[in-house]
Amino acid sequence: MIPINYYIVLSAVLFTMGVVGVLVRRNALIIFMSIELMLNAANLAIVAFARAQEITANKPLFEGQIFVFFVIAVAAAEVAVGLALIVEIFKSKRSIDVDQMSSLKG
Amino acid sequence: MTLELISFIVLAFVAIATAVGMLVSRNAIYSALFLVLNFITVAVFYLFLGAPFIAMAQVTVYAGAIMVLFLFVIMLLGAESIAGEFNLRKAIFPGSLALILAAESAYLLITRARPAGAIVPPDAAANTVTNLRDLGSALFSQYLLPFEVTSILLLVAMVGAIVLIQREKRVP
Repeated sequence: MIPINYYIVLSAVLFTMGVVGVLVRRNALIIFMSIELMLNAANLAIVAFARAQEITANKPLFEGQIFVFFVIAVAAAEVAVGLALIVEIFKSKRSIDVDQMSSLKG
Repeated sequence: MTLELISFIVLAFVAIATAVGMLVSRNAIYSALFLVLNFITVAVFYLFLGAPFIAMAQVTVYAGAIMVLFLFVIMLLGAESIAGEFNLRKAIFPGSLALILAAESAYLLITRARPAGAIVPPDAAANTVTNLRDLGSALFSQYLLPFEVTSILLLVAMVGAIVLIQREKRVP
């Protein structure tokens, strides 16, 4: 018997680590990976809530799992486009340090 | 302490440790591999929560496809340790913002979280084929439209990635 709170705490910890990665690291690829970590933490929370709902209703429910499935599909699409953008930025700047992407700075 | 609780704590430790490893690795390849381990740990959590389909999707899509793509790009760019060096002075402000977020979520979790709601580990029935069959039929009947829209989204992303990567044609 694992209380749902534990899953929510774990999800919150993982999400916060993703936020730390986005804020602190300067490598665009690591920032992107941190975003994936945050998406993953949110998915974990959704599945935990769905499971709790299932237990309350005492019958199998699939809404939460299907929603997470769509989130995974969207994350895959996002990664394809995002990595293409990072490769393009690297081609023009020869760097993926986000501090150097300041051409649009006024 | 039951066996479930012990395995949950061990797995949670692994998940958090791999997340920390991803954050502090100087080499981007190590970061990516730590993240693969993290995704697989989360997949095991999905099994705990009685969602075997999501667990397998997590392993194949996240740990398989997405992270392989990441590794490809890291090696293609030779970006193992380019830039992105950790700078303590620059990290103080965002780090303190993140600390505030962590403190606030901890406060909310402690004060507002419901005390009850224990999660029973799935019995044998939850992992059988019936579960998957029901999920599949729900996906292809009730949720058919979102499913088709997702396929369009994936197509658009694929076309977008190809267009972005394509070399510009030299105009004579």
